[in-house]
Amino acid sequence: MKEAMIGQPGRHYLNEGGFGWKSWLLTTDHKRIGILYMISITSFFLLGGIFALLIRLELLTPQADLVSSETYNRLFTMHGVVMVWFFLIPSIPAVFGNFLIPIMIGARDMAFPRLNLASWYLFMLGGIVAIGAIVIGGVDTGWTFYTPYSSTYANAYVVLTVIGIFIAGFGTIFTAINFIVTTHTMRAPGMGWFRLPLFIWSNYATAIIVILATPVIGITLVLVGVERLLGFGIFDPAMGGDPLLFQHMFWFYSHPAVYIMILPGMGVVSELVACFAYRRIFGYIFVAFASIAIALLGFFVWGHHMFVSGQSLFAGLLFSLLSYLVAVPSAVKVFNWTATLYKGSIRLEAPMIYALGFIGLFTLGGLTGLMLAAAAIDIHVHDTYFVIAHFHYIMVGGMVLAYMGALHFWWPKITGRLYPNGWAIIAAILIFVGFNLTFFPQFVLGYLGMPRRYHTYPEEFQMLNVLSTAGATILGGGYALPLGYLLWSLGWGKRAGPNPWDARGLEWEMTTTPPIKENFEVIPLVEREAYDYAEPALNIGEQLRFEREMAAQGEKGYR
Amino acid sequence: MSSQRHTSLLHQFNDLEQQRLSYEVGMWIFLATEFLLFGTMFAGYMVYRTHFPAAWAAGSQELNVLLGLINTAILLISSMFIALAVRAGQLGLGRSAAKFLLVTMALGSMFLAIKAYEYHDKWSHHLVPGLNFEAHPEHPFGLPLFLSFYFTMTGVHAFHMIIGLGIVGLMAFWCWRGRFTAEHNSPLVMTGLYWHFVDIVWIYLYPLFYLIGR
Repeated sequence: MKEAMIGQPGRHYLNEGGFGWKSWLLTTDHKRIGILYMISITSFFLLGGIFALLIRLELLTPQADLVSSETYNRLFTMHGVVMVWFFLIPSIPAVFGNFLIPIMIGARDMAFPRLNLASWYLFMLGGIVAIGAIVIGGVDTGWTFYTPYSSTYANAYVVLTVIGIFIAGFGTIFTAINFIVTTHTMRAPGMGWFRLPLFIWSNYATAIIVILATPVIGITLVLVGVERLLGFGIFDPAMGGDPLLFQHMFWFYSHPAVYIMILPGMGVVSELVACFAYRRIFGYIFVAFASIAIALLGFFVWGHHMFVSGQSLFAGLLFSLLSYLVAVPSAVKVFNWTATLYKGSIRLEAPMIYALGFIGLFTLGGLTGLMLAAAAIDIHVHDTYFVIAHFHYIMVGGMVLAYMGALHFWWPKITGRLYPNGWAIIAAILIFVGFNLTFFPQFVLGYLGMPRRYHTYPEEFQMLNVLSTAGATILGGGYALPLGYLLWSLGWGKRAGPNPWDARGLEWEMTTTPPIKENFEVIPLVEREAYDYAEPALNIGEQLRFEREMAAQGEKGYR
Repeated sequence: MSSQRHTSLLHQFNDLEQQRLSYEVGMWIFLATEFLLFGTMFAGYMVYRTHFPAAWAAGSQELNVLLGLINTAILLISSMFIALAVRAGQLGLGRSAAKFLLVTMALGSMFLAIKAYEYHDKWSHHLVPGLNFEAHPEHPFGLPLFLSFYFTMTGVHAFHMIIGLGIVGLMAFWCWRGRFTAEHNSPLVMTGLYWHFVDIVWIYLYPLFYLIGR
């Protein structure tokens, strides 16, 4: 009880119910499921990263010296498949959404805890099937599985990979159903829609996209599989089928899926910017509805992937216009974050460096996205490294940075421990620098005409490719650092206390660190807006008492 | 408060009303997913029907319209019985609900049996694209595509029927055992929603495949 007084509860979700593997693999606690996801997607991220490393090593020289063209095709395909479906799509929603959504809205758990665990099992089953396909020989179609190559000609394990993605997709759908229902029905008394943290709004918008888009890719991949196994001709021009239809169906999912990958990151950045500028977010309602607008508009832009696929000029123009529209709510968010920084008391902690990095890199990625949405420029740079650089600015510069920011922001709440701040800042800067060095040269390469998906290139491109590979090395080092110091902090990190960032929100102000199994002793009554940084945090006294107590006990790092 | 908790109330909910709402909202959202799953195939169907209108008309002549009609009637009647089961469950009449669910299962099984007979019939007439198909002189491309869609869409629908039969069976068992009460019957309501959805899909499949060229 004395321990509970100083902010580290005697029992919490990590020690309650034991440490055995059963208590983890059969858990229905949303917090533990979030951690299961964290471990799984970190493994997938490492796997996808190894593929990326091999790609960059091969591209160090203009000749083919490390791998053959067939192996190279498999490498970039599996890099894409693993990173898109097994890291980016689950990343923030499945880890932090799972952990935080019930706590942020004041609930004891998700609406469907067992379904939540089932989602993780589906995700893992899908992942294992896909990895099985990789182990026995891999797949070489590109992550886009364009027909008729994938459905008829590819000499690879397309069906098995597709089955893996299909299964994992249902895991994602079930998670999304859980998010939507939980947000609708499980909010604590007083937690109105416009008191919800923006992280909830963005995850809600993401979940809408997931439930409407994922079934489309599911059935499309089933059609590809059926075509390979049974010889139907739906996408085979030799049998009267239409390969373009596949592209329409694929991008009807996969463009919205881009927003599945970026929207949760935007939610994280809203939390981080408000906390580390110590200000209420500027234009809350606009940021909230911008998420919904992105989710809806995102469904009407898929044709901008198909400007050179033979779709009509009229369709091309229309899709170009609609793609410009989706930039508006994205820009609203960027402007609002910037306005939040204005006259804020900015604390440059590691999570904030990631958030600022996100804003800059997302803006670059978004603006080059507008260039690509203009049909005239797209025809010039289509299928070049310009496209690669553009979407990596969104996916890595945006989403991965937001993921790292979220990891560093909520790590003390999740584990009860603080990581070494200096190392975290070094890692954040290394990642930012390494990222830009990797991908900025690719904009130039693409503009000069280097096509994607080739493992050789003319010699005049070597300089920029060497820069890019050098950047990738720095980026890899930047990712390795947190793996080291975060794991170290589990055993030796300072204890965090209930609210180490002096942040606002139920997860910081109303729960212990780490939270207890049912999150709250009593379901809280919410009486304040989100991001009420004008008023002191509800538990600031408790946090200060905790820090004094730690200092009195002679713990290192407390004054 | 905890001493008054209803036995069917799960720990994460505050009251039965919240639990009921969550279950039913969840089911509707799942059906939205299903809607897009079938919607994709309907979109593909539309594209090819525009490409090959004559083959689509010829293709529907190959299907047995009478069996399709009987199957439509069977499904509509099964929908009525599951609606009765849900109502009985909501009134707390578990045994009656179980009986209605058993009738639903019987009708659903009849539907699948007739569907299986139709598939077999197509096989013996060499009308299964890819596996057992004799090229059609007038519609070398269109007819196999029509039949590809026929098998894919009715196949996915039949797969949903099979899952549905399993769930309805489980519900019948639970109803018989008195698991549902007038306050707590959401799983039954959700099963009803699912079954109706699968029926509605068939309501569109029947005219689009069987009646299109007649």
